[in-house]
Amino acid sequence: MMTIEEFGRALRARKTTSEQIANECLRRIEADNPRLNAFILVMADEARAQARELDRELAAGKDRGPLHGVPISIKDLFDIRGTATTAASRVREGHVADRDATAIARLRQAGAVFIGKTNLHEFAFGTTNEDSAFGPARNPIDPARSPGGSSGGSAASLAAGMALATMGTCTGGSIRIPAAACGTVGLKPTLGEIPTDGIVPLSRTMDHAGPLTQTVGDAALVYEALIGEPRKTPPAPVPVRGLRFGVPRKYFCDLLDEEVRARFEEALERLRAAGVTLDDIEIRNAADLGTIYLHLVLADAAAYHAATLESMPEKYQKNVRLRLEMGRYVLAEDYVRALAGREILRREVDAALGAHDALILPTLPIPAPLIGADTVQIAGKAEPVRNVMLRLTQLFNVTGHPAIALPSGRTNAGLPCSVQLVGNRMATDALLRVALACEPHISRP
Amino acid sequence: MTIDTWLQAVIADAERRGLPELKPILETLARATKALRAADFNDRADGQPSAISPQP
Repeated sequence: MMTIEEFGRALRARKTTSEQIANECLRRIEADNPRLNAFILVMADEARAQARELDRELAAGKDRGPLHGVPISIKDLFDIRGTATTAASRVREGHVADRDATAIARLRQAGAVFIGKTNLHEFAFGTTNEDSAFGPARNPIDPARSPGGSSGGSAASLAAGMALATMGTCTGGSIRIPAAACGTVGLKPTLGEIPTDGIVPLSRTMDHAGPLTQTVGDAALVYEALIGEPRKTPPAPVPVRGLRFGVPRKYFCDLLDEEVRARFEEALERLRAAGVTLDDIEIRNAADLGTIYLHLVLADAAAYHAATLESMPEKYQKNVRLRLEMGRYVLAEDYVRALAGREILRREVDAALGAHDALILPTLPIPAPLIGADTVQIAGKAEPVRNVMLRLTQLFNVTGHPAIALPSGRTNAGLPCSVQLVGNRMATDALLRVALACEPHISRP
Repeated sequence: MTIDTWLQAVIADAERRGLPELKPILETLARATKALRAADFNDRADGQPSAISPQP
């Protein structure tokens, strides 16, 4: 499938139309969604009508910019006016959104065509997309495997060419994890940068919204629309020679699948050869990360779900319900300890970035896991899938730093590997410029 | 409340509420909470440096 940038050029050269690209996405959805289960709702009629109207606008001289006429799929956690926001849960039965989430309104204003709403781990509370009231989404590269989560249907829809971009949300890695599992780019901007109103929350203190795309340039175009500052072209890359990256090996490289490790080291070597300086650095309290994240997300999620856990517990997926119930037992004093730890981690990441343009580390320690697997073998030891999948991404949800996942080659079995770059808070644009510069070196030739 | 006391209380509550399957994940949470309380960033009212000793 063409990128947003390629589509924009073809559209303005009158070589295609919004309606044509929407129909192509809908054709792929019809052909492949039955086996991938990426969509909860396909908005075929609405998408065609939107696309025709945008074609009329362009013919009349009104050009909304780079997203004009671009088919985008939306995680079914965002409100789109007039449609249900299911959060992949029976708890939300009967819901119809009466207005767009702010992020959706900005995309609509920028000319995006909403092709449908995508499957996810129920209430975004999981990394595999297995616990959904609509059944698991599947990875287009190997349908026996998870597309990652929680934005698994989103990543699957993009990787299968059912949309040119997709919107995800991210509380512990739910944009970057599925991007890594499906071989796409995934951008988590700085915490608070993109409004989360009109998005069903998981943790109001750690939720982010952001795009998954085929390229960094496309991610920049969607990001700029999301912050309300659309521009005609992506930002220019910085010169790659002279960049300096911190590599947090301790903790972050301790537990890696051997092929993921190999692809990461190869990407580092290509960057080094291109003139990037790489310094090993340490996030001193990284080992405390998992417990800090756990106490925050459990308590935040439990507060939101307390009423429905009492009134309709049978409507939750079993595993999600149990995790939410666990959150109701977190003591206030331990939540406060986690908040203190969060501030320590934020300062440590700020300090690590002080002398560096970005941090670089793998995104996902393993290739996409098999659906149904509770554990995965790493270095001959069985590790819990959920903990492993969150291990490298959740830090930057806790601290709020922007992070972007880029494909970095594949395993011998053809499964994608991924590298993430992390930038300074409130400097997502700078991170994107760095990522644009590095993309040709990180992505395996 | 110590973690052991807390764990006994919450397991009893979960069983009372018909959720005995919560027990193993509450035990996991208890281990995580022990680690959180033992982290070196915790401060103390007596001014002593940071961490509470991990409980066995």
